Amino acid sequence: MKLDPKDRAIVEATQAGLPLVPNPFKVVADTLGMAEDDLIERFRQLKEQGIVRRIGAAPNHYRLGMTANGMTVWDVDDAVVDSLGEKVGSLPFVTHCYRRPRALPDWPYNLFAMVHGDSRDEVMAKREQVADLLGDAVKARDVLFSTRILKKTGMRLRRKES
Amino acid sequence: MTHELTQQDRDLINLMQEDLPLTSHPFEQAARQLGIEEKDVVDRLLHLRDAGVLTRFGPFFDAEALGGAFCLCAIAVPEERFEEVLTKVNAFEEVAHNYQRDHKLNMWFVLATENQAGIEQTAKAIERDTGLKVLLFPKEQEFFIGFRVKA
Repeated sequence: MKLDPKDRAIVEATQAGLPLVPNPFKVVADTLGMAEDDLIERFRQLKEQGIVRRIGAAPNHYRLGMTANGMTVWDVDDAVVDSLGEKVGSLPFVTHCYRRPRALPDWPYNLFAMVHGDSRDEVMAKREQVADLLGDAVKARDVLFSTRILKKTGMRLRRKES
Repeated sequence: MTHELTQQDRDLINLMQEDLPLTSHPFEQAARQLGIEEKDVVDRLLHLRDAGVLTRFGPFFDAEALGGAFCLCAIAVPEERFEEVLTKVNAFEEVAHNYQRDHKLNMWFVLATENQAGIEQTAKAIERDTGLKVLLFPKEQEFFIGFRVKA
């Protein structure tokens, strides 16, 4: 999708975040030399187009006490992976769920479901619920706990050269 | 470390994970719901951000809708080289998230680039810089994305 230059300027100006002030859109609009109404309307359209998913805050799971983050991975029969993936994705404790390619021979897993919890035990118990749901379609499985956040930034568009 | 959060902080964090209204004063509604002043909402959010409880505040863009590309990648990094490789990988601005995980494949990161070609180019550049193989796990199908974590 081609963004028009004004929309692109908005993305570049806000991808690292909005200023935390009572009227953040006014502050950004002033920086870009736009009217606040124009900026708000463009955000509305960007949302309609699915380019902006939402405007809000991202919490640090760890600081909220959700110290266990397990990437559960599953080798699921290709014939049923999509229908089962939908079911796994709608479990309330699964925050992300994707089908991805296997990387054979070392990595036979094609379904990834992220599970957060207050402890590893909690994640392991939730993992069993995923296992129950997948049933006999699973040929192999693993869970990879995160031990450290090494980097966490928003998306970055490079600034145009010109 | 768990930050000591008041119930009001938790309510605020939960509200801030909802989509805020596109108005001149987007915090007014949250302030009303919490029964506090708009200014207090902003001050509290600044505090939570400075304390690292919130990692960012702003619009969440879908890089793919922008014509961009995302890809989950993994490297099996020898333990003794971990910090050196980490410095090299994180130096790429295309690396948006990076996590250490307890597995032979112990470094998992997301590349965000403006187009699909950028994913392969960046992965190759990381392989050149580190001498390690980068496995690519592009999303083939997304089943659900839950943004919210109950505070």
